Amino acid sequence: MSQDLLRLTDVTIEFGPPKKPIRVVEGVGFSVAKGESVGLVGESGSGKSVTSLAIMRLIGGRVVQGRIELEGRNLLDLPASALPEIRGRDIAMIFQEPMSSLNPLMTIGDQIGEALLLHGWRDRTARRDRTIEMLHLVGIPNAEGRLGAYPHQFSGGMRQRVMIAMAVACAPKLLIADEPTTALDVTIQAQVLDLMKKVRRELGMAILLISHDLGVIADVCERVIVMYAGRVVEEADIRTILTRPQHPYTRGLLRSVPRRNHEAERLYQIPGSVPPAGSVRQGCPFRDRCELSVSRCAEEMPPMFRFGSSQSAACWVTAAAEGVAQAGAAA
Amino acid sequence: MTRYIVVRLLDAIPTVLLVLTLVFVAMRILPGDPAVAALGDFATPEQREAFREKMGLNAPLWQQYLTFVVSSLTLDFGVSMMNGRDVLGLIAYNLPYTIELTIASVLLGVVIGVPFGVWAATNPNRAPDSAMRGFSLIGYAVPDFYLGALLLIVFSLNLGWFPINGGGEGFLDRMHHVFLPALTLAFIKAAFLGRLTRTALLEVMGRDYIRTARAKGAREPRVIYRHGLRNALLPLTTGLGLTTLTALSGSVAIELVFNRPGLGKLLISAIAERDYAVIQGGIVVFALFVVAINLAMDLVYVLVDPRIRVS
Ligand SMILES: Nc1ncnc2c1ncn2[C@@H]1O[C@H](COP(=O)(O)OP(=O)(O)O)[C@@H](O)[C@H]1O
Ligand code: SF4
Ligand SMILES: [Mg+2]
Repeated sequence: MSQDLLRLTDVTIEFGPPKKPIRVVEGVGFSVAKGESVGLVGESGSGKSVTSLAIMRLIGGRVVQGRIELEGRNLLDLPASALPEIRGRDIAMIFQEPMSSLNPLMTIGDQIGEALLLHGWRDRTARRDRTIEMLHLVGIPNAEGRLGAYPHQFSGGMRQRVMIAMAVACAPKLLIADEPTTALDVTIQAQVLDLMKKVRRELGMAILLISHDLGVIADVCERVIVMYAGRVVEEADIRTILTRPQHPYTRGLLRSVPRRNHEAERLYQIPGSVPPAGSVRQGCPFRDRCELSVSRCAEEMPPMFRFGSSQSAACWVTAAAEGVAQAGAAA
Repeated sequence: MTRYIVVRLLDAIPTVLLVLTLVFVAMRILPGDPAVAALGDFATPEQREAFREKMGLNAPLWQQYLTFVVSSLTLDFGVSMMNGRDVLGLIAYNLPYTIELTIASVLLGVVIGVPFGVWAATNPNRAPDSAMRGFSLIGYAVPDFYLGALLLIVFSLNLGWFPINGGGEGFLDRMHHVFLPALTLAFIKAAFLGRLTRTALLEVMGRDYIRTARAKGAREPRVIYRHGLRNALLPLTTGLGLTTLTALSGSVAIELVFNRPGLGKLLISAIAERDYAVIQGGIVVFALFVVAINLAMDLVYVLVDPRIRVS
């Protein structure tokens, strides 16, 4: 599809010594259209951060296979010297840790200004005006007076707002937000999510929102990619995920979404835990935790099956039950 | 900010008093009778008694202590017991040489050590890093008086590029004289600061805000110097203070090797001659120096770190 902004194909990432590699992400593929908001969900350790950092080419690991294309250009082919131009201008990123992600020795005005300076904003006054405009946009009160303030003078929620202002200052085509609200408390979390929606609306950028919480994703995103043990196991639009999830793992995630007005209720947890990176060599990585598993699950890794025009999932049992075909196979 | 500075200044007072007390006690338990040292073995008991009386050595200890503290704080060190010259004058003549040696050696140490450390930190476990390790090993292992003698023989005696002894006259000549001694002292400083820079920078480069800087499109030199080194400056400041202090004590041996005037050389000859007045004066000035450097470091912290500035 030509309107894809970002497309990952068969991305495989390894860590550790090349002779004894640990495969952390395997065969991941998905795409984000221009202006679209896509969620990447999965428990901690699923490979979400590694995947998103690979898009920015900011990981220590090696992408040993696959393509990461931005508007048709494979970022993995670019020399390191070409990356700074893309980072911050085409793709921007914000992180989970608002407390430590800002430079403690620089004023926030300088830090946002630097993002602009790095992408061609030569004029000092223009930079200053744009910085104030961005701080307004993210709802920092008295923006002009706060230019000279240092990160430690802001709360966690305010710092995340500053991070967002800095990330979107150059109006990137894609904003990657890796667990942007996980470190914040619930009320602040809702405010920051609202802010992301507003920023997206006003600047018209695409968002790749990463979270372990399907509720957070449902609040912001149109489409969802579910990752488990370094692989994509399901993909669908948000309505379908919420009403007809096909992968048993997605169903488990859905049951474990905290419901804001049911605080007393004990949260469901998928039994067991994510297998350590690189430990699954054969069969479905979810089988040890899966209630539906059959003998085939231990032998063969399920491919992605197409469940509808916008849904695919990697599960033998549900695919057989629905009688659907493998994704990508001739229809 | 002002409060912070005032607090630091007040903090220095007990330190100064403690140092003065230590000097006082040390001087009293030093073996040997100053009267014997000053007047020689053949002086009569009456002459010695008169000397003690004159020097205030017969007064009760607490009174001697008070006199000592007050005169130290007013920089009134009396006269040399050996030659009757004004102690403050002796110090005032020698001190600038030690200060210029200290400053020159610290500057050289920074100029050599910090870039070396950055180079090592940005190439961890590769050739520059190993070079750094080798360099610091040598820097620590070679005694400074030995290195000083070596440099003196090669560059002054054999090649004749630098003067052999003395402190020099006029700015350029003095810089010419101070270079080799400063380089000697700078060697271990560069080793120390290099390692410190490497460790501090490596630690900082793993922080989240470094990733943020890269994510917004900063190129590596900017990431390293603007974001990395600036944050590594905090631990470096502490190291700089420490190494400045060792420059002071290191100057003692180096001033002897290069036969240049200075507080260290003054002290050594005063100790050899049991010239209490000069020893006391010299040590007090040394100690005040140390306190001043610590104070200066605290102020540098304030300038570097906004988190201290507001609290
Ligand atoms: N630098 C690294 N070296 C080795 N393994 C890593 C490294 N970074 C991440 N991993 C492994 O990759 C897996 C996925 O990590 P991550 O992408 O952070 O998960 P998520 O963001 O989904 O919680 C984890 O098992 C983690 O241990
Ligand atoms: S393939 Fe088997 S083990 Fe894997 S999710 Fe489906 S039923 Fe469960
Ligand atoms: Mg993560």
